[in-house]
Amino acid sequence: MLADLLFLLFSSVLLIAALGVITAKNPMHCVLFMILSFFNAAGLFILLGAEFLGLLLVMVYVGAIAVMFLFIVMTIDIDFAVLKGKNTNIVPMGILVSAVLLLELIAGAWGGMFHTPQQQTKPVMQEENAQILGEVLFTDYVVPFQGAAIILLIAMVGAIVLTHRRRSGVKRQDITKQIQRKKSDCMIVTEPPAKSGVAAAYFVGKGVEK
Amino acid sequence: MLDLVLSYLDLITEENIWYVITTLFFVLLITLPLFGAVAYLTLAERKVIGWMQLRHGPLYTGWWGIGQPIADAIKLMFKEPTIPEKSNLIVYILAPVMVLVPAVVAWAVIPFDANWVLADINLGVVYLMAVSSLGVYGILMAGWASNSKYPFLGAVRSGAQMVSYEVSMGLCLLSVILLAGSMNLSEIVLAQQGMWNAVTLFPMFIVFLISILAETNRAPFDLPEAEAELVAGYNVEYGSMPFAMFFLGEYANMILMSAFASIMFLGGWLPPLDIWPLNLIPGIFWFFGKIAAVLFFFLWARATLPRFRYDQLMRLGWKVLLPFTLLWLVGQAFIMKLMQVGWV
Repeated sequence: MLADLLFLLFSSVLLIAALGVITAKNPMHCVLFMILSFFNAAGLFILLGAEFLGLLLVMVYVGAIAVMFLFIVMTIDIDFAVLKGKNTNIVPMGILVSAVLLLELIAGAWGGMFHTPQQQTKPVMQEENAQILGEVLFTDYVVPFQGAAIILLIAMVGAIVLTHRRRSGVKRQDITKQIQRKKSDCMIVTEPPAKSGVAAAYFVGKGVEK
Repeated sequence: MLDLVLSYLDLITEENIWYVITTLFFVLLITLPLFGAVAYLTLAERKVIGWMQLRHGPLYTGWWGIGQPIADAIKLMFKEPTIPEKSNLIVYILAPVMVLVPAVVAWAVIPFDANWVLADINLGVVYLMAVSSLGVYGILMAGWASNSKYPFLGAVRSGAQMVSYEVSMGLCLLSVILLAGSMNLSEIVLAQQGMWNAVTLFPMFIVFLISILAETNRAPFDLPEAEAELVAGYNVEYGSMPFAMFFLGEYANMILMSAFASIMFLGGWLPPLDIWPLNLIPGIFWFFGKIAAVLFFFLWARATLPRFRYDQLMRLGWKVLLPFTLLWLVGQAFIMKLMQVGWV
């Protein structure tokens, strides 16, 4: 009873937030709406008895991935005037893609893809959610699990390799170099004769370029 | 439609009403002392740092400066709240709320003593991690919505910092979970009956302490509000109560993280040794004492250490703490498996 009420709350806020993602003018608001929808999806998970999955959704998606989204949208310079101007070039493509997706969803629903047996929708693993999930992941699905992990690792390494390059003209902090620097490397104490200016004081840094 | 609404009226039974009232009572029982503790933590901070710098700290508001937090609160309440003209109004107003709420909501799963817990859920640790990772949104939203340079820089710094240190913090927690064999906070405390996790997992305890300093944006990692470079960081444009809410959130988070550290590593409500004079003291006092000790560490670090440079902070998080915690976790799992099999 109360679960129904909560389901109504979570799912309606989820739908409104999802609508907000695509209708909000400001990209920052879109991301915030997306976070709200993640949050409500987590609520639905918990309602279905998958507490671990729900909390993980909050921790990983809301706590880390969406922060990165927010971060990127915050830091790139978006010209709102251009975004608000109607760009009609991409409309046919958009209609095509969404039509295909809609047809696929309808076909899937028709074919009974989303039909779950009644007993399966009941919270089957209420007590030790995480334990059962772990047992399944590391026994029955160990190969796909490890495969997914390797793909993620490759993606991670790839992202770093693609973006990390040594540009010239950028001063970098090299901690070992800084620590190894000695007083004699960068400092000389001289007694220049009076009235001859800096001509007599010359710099003989070893590790430091002039 | 009407039937549906009317059917919900059946929910209003004596039992349910009583349940709601008792839960609200417990919520108030936790939050009101929490806000009191937050207020007096600010006084403690000023006193402790004062003594460490051979000063007195606040002295003139009431006896021994005891009225200072109340005076501060009243001052902040009666200040004029300002909203910058070019700010993004809704996000600007929501941001302080987003800082404060997670810091308070998280207290639901904290066990204060044996069976003294509002929500005794099996996934207490995951819940705490999930809720504490939400605090970063308030700061990011504040920085962005202010539409001003310094808050923005502060928010960007803070976002990167909190996300980075969450990783090593999570790995520390995983090592504790591995040792205790449970994610229920009460069971983790009870698993430390023989010896505290701070002893068995000493290096992880240190990493955890460093990470909670960075998570709560406290010195020496208080880059989001480096006053010398950023004026004060993400909260520059705020005044009055919204400004106070940022600080309520920050200090509530400090207390929360101290409680978290006490539960995970310092044996929660358990006395250090289960011997005669020590186990006479009720568990809740041990718990509060441990929270106070970790809080003192926060203040001590602030009074002692200079602020990290931003690249040093990132280097420490990603290149020192993360590899170390990863290696430790793998090694610990390996040794525990060997012990299980009986080879060690």
